[in-house]
Amino acid sequence: MDLRLFIPELYLLFLALVFFAQSLWKSPAKLNQSLALGLSAFGVILCLLTLNQSGELFYQAYRVDLFSQGFKVLISLGLFLIIVLGRDLKSIDERLHPEYFMFLGLSSLGLTLMVSSVELLTIFIAMELSSFSLYVLIPLRKQTFSTQIEAAIKYIIFGAASTGIMIFGMSYVFGVAQTTYLAELIRKFPLLISEPVALTGLIMVLTGFFFKLAVVPFHFWTPDIYQGAANETTSFIATMPKLAGLALLLRLVSIGGPQAMAMIQVLVLLAAVSMTFGNLVALVQKDLKRLLAYSSIAHAGYVLLGVLSLNTIGFAAAIYHITAYLLMNLACFLVICSVSRQGEDVTVGDLSGLYRRSPLLAFTLAVGAFALAGIPPTAGFTGKLFLFTAALDQGHLALVIIAAVNTAISIFYYLNLVRSAYGQDPNGLPAVSLNVPLRLLSLALIAAIFFLGVLPAWFIDLARKACSTLIS
Amino acid sequence: MDFLIPNQLNYPILSTLIFLPLAGALVLFLIRDEQVAKIWSLFISLVILGLSLPLYIYFDSSTYKYQFAEHVPWIPSFNVFYTLGVDGISLLLILLTTLLVPICILASWTYIAKRVKEFLFCLLLMETACVGVFSALDFVLFYVMWEAMLVPMYLLIAVWGGPEKVYASIKFFIYTMAGSVFLLVALIALYLSAGTFSIPQLMTHAYSFNFQVWIFLAFAVAFAIKVPMAPFHTWLPAAHVEAPTAGSVLLASVLLKMGTYGFVRFCLPITPQASIYFAPYLLWLSIISIIYGGYVALGQSDMKRLIAYSSVAHMGFVTLGIFIFNRQGLEGAILQMINHGITTGALFLCVGIIYERSHSRLIMDNAGIGKIMPLYVGFLGFFSLSSMAFPGTNSFVGELLVLIGTFTGHKLLGALTIPGVVLAAAYMLRLLQKIAWGGKGNTAFLDLNLREIIYLIPLALLVLWVGFSPGPFLDIMHASVNHLIEQLQAADAMALAR
Repeated sequence: MDLRLFIPELYLLFLALVFFAQSLWKSPAKLNQSLALGLSAFGVILCLLTLNQSGELFYQAYRVDLFSQGFKVLISLGLFLIIVLGRDLKSIDERLHPEYFMFLGLSSLGLTLMVSSVELLTIFIAMELSSFSLYVLIPLRKQTFSTQIEAAIKYIIFGAASTGIMIFGMSYVFGVAQTTYLAELIRKFPLLISEPVALTGLIMVLTGFFFKLAVVPFHFWTPDIYQGAANETTSFIATMPKLAGLALLLRLVSIGGPQAMAMIQVLVLLAAVSMTFGNLVALVQKDLKRLLAYSSIAHAGYVLLGVLSLNTIGFAAAIYHITAYLLMNLACFLVICSVSRQGEDVTVGDLSGLYRRSPLLAFTLAVGAFALAGIPPTAGFTGKLFLFTAALDQGHLALVIIAAVNTAISIFYYLNLVRSAYGQDPNGLPAVSLNVPLRLLSLALIAAIFFLGVLPAWFIDLARKACSTLIS
Repeated sequence: MDFLIPNQLNYPILSTLIFLPLAGALVLFLIRDEQVAKIWSLFISLVILGLSLPLYIYFDSSTYKYQFAEHVPWIPSFNVFYTLGVDGISLLLILLTTLLVPICILASWTYIAKRVKEFLFCLLLMETACVGVFSALDFVLFYVMWEAMLVPMYLLIAVWGGPEKVYASIKFFIYTMAGSVFLLVALIALYLSAGTFSIPQLMTHAYSFNFQVWIFLAFAVAFAIKVPMAPFHTWLPAAHVEAPTAGSVLLASVLLKMGTYGFVRFCLPITPQASIYFAPYLLWLSIISIIYGGYVALGQSDMKRLIAYSSVAHMGFVTLGIFIFNRQGLEGAILQMINHGITTGALFLCVGIIYERSHSRLIMDNAGIGKIMPLYVGFLGFFSLSSMAFPGTNSFVGELLVLIGTFTGHKLLGALTIPGVVLAAAYMLRLLQKIAWGGKGNTAFLDLNLREIIYLIPLALLVLWVGFSPGPFLDIMHASVNHLIEQLQAADAMALAR
């Protein structure tokens, strides 16, 4: 058993253990923050170094290939960016900082385990590891706020229910195919997909990942959890589980085989409803985190466009879009975490005159909002271009038109953010000062969004290479 | 690629023209002083104007092929290339853009008081996007540039605009983008059908009639909103009125032309049979635009609104000339694009001049300044004559060609344009009479200062030049227009043969 293949995971476990040790004594906050920053940065480097590893571990239940390692780079990068973003963790009680970082690390560990799992029970274990860590993270918000307990309970109940449905579906899949290994399911399942029990089982298994991605009708948790949790926690929940959820969705949806018409129809329906519902409800939101929650539901719909095309180019488009989504969302959450003075929720009105108060933050918000709306030359537009092309290639004209109309609808609320930041006066709201790491992060995110949008060829080619192993 | 003639010059001139304004805009972030920022952006825009002159000098008018071409792979997975090129149709539009941006910067010298750096940044970004739209020969590149121009224009209206800027800017953005998303779906459908995003190559494919109809409709919605053709014009008065002077000038002179350029560049060559099929509807919509625009302009008391509605009417002439499908009509339409850019741009500049003094756009607040500002009224009168297509001015040549083409193609439509021409004279003369002699003018106003004269004179000279010697301008477009007509006739013959 070649443990070199397991390095990223072992490192994340080490990171979690370091913070476990820190939690046993009264560790100073500055030490914890520097440790978190340094360790997560090194984690990114490690994942980049192990990008080209490939092999199998643990009785072939765990596969390391370009697909999984690529996602691990994204997950570790996301973890690093989120730690930089919320570095001083102002909305979390200082005594609990080590625990906070520990659970962040454990959740990331669970997510990295998820993207490499190719066997149903391993997937379940990994998912539970990441979910349980999140269950603990959500109520970690200073007692001065009151929404986090309700959010935590909702998340636990929804999460447990969707996991339960997923396991139930796994039992059906196992019953039909007599195996839990994805490789064998890909061989056997397409022949059995015409049986209703097989299709139902597969859809139920996918439900667990629809929950993570916040696809309608598994989205009900999203707005309340985003709003109730601390700003830094929400920036994690809004971006990271979606990465792993998409990875697993891509692995599992290949089981049905390209002829699974019924499954494709279900995906089309879910995509259409998610986009429309998410965009329409976002139009009336005043709280920024709630708005981003509904926008994430809409973006889950867009990403499904790539998933349901069931070919390499569609999967690559979906991976591209979720990466772009990671960057765009983090740009918006950077603004939220910086504008909120004591960690309270930020409304659209709180953004008034952000241009005067912090020009860099206003620009970051504008780039993030316009990228989410899909305006060239940002990565959000290129992602939508690729997704529309992939979906239209498979003949889903009506769905692409719905997506286009939704893009137009979504402009309104994204534009509201920019208008509030640029067009209105500060109305007495204070200036926001940024320390150097945050400034660098803003500039880096802006540059990354434009760079990824204007020069996407390298990323798309890499994604296609990674996905080519999936469908064969 | 046999449609592209590679660069005769030894450097990529089109890429320079597109990205130099962007580079100049980024440098603005390093400049602290507002005066330095203004001088820098004026300098950069004049440099770009100078760099665009070789396009005119070295242009070969004998061929319809795309010159100064650049062709580089961009996203190989999706067969997207970075292709640039100009032909007779786009050359003049690019030159119009590079001429107008320095004029806009000069016009905003004292007009913009707050956030000057950001204003100039938006102007230069607009220049990048506009030149990019007119020179792009790959659909993805075209779409990126087309949409990229929305954000600076939105900011120009939303931050530096008039009292209703919030309403106007959002309406402009959402209306235009809603049209554009259908353009996106259509261009993806074209790619999937033909395997390429390259515009010249897409023109050579013959598509089924049904497919052409849907593609044409998707394109037409996007371009009709942009032109704007009645009934999609409602964003224009709001946007024009609330935008600052430079924004209005760029909007009227360049952005509106993108819509008609889109018709000529995409709808006619790529979906010729659908264009021929839908031409009657578009011709009637053009007539409605001309007459409706003219009537509504007649009743306006706000100067900018009046000129905005006159834009609707003038662009009606352009689309009329495009869809009549003969040589005079097309050449007249393309020439009118340039003429309208010059004339209406100049009219908006004049309104801006008087607004700086009186801070009111209403005609009655500015009435009777003829005795006090004779030089200004001279220019205003001159440009009004051009707007009503007085012989000797540029618009006369353009409208004459369009009318000849219309009468050749369809006598009834030609007859219906006559009221439109009369209305143009009516509202412009009404405006001129009230402004010049209509009341007791405010004696505190100063006449034009040197800076204002400097930026109005090139436009006046162009009005006279095109008016008295339109030959050189028309010669540029001959080859491309002939090629376009050949494409239409071939498609028509194919349709008849079936």
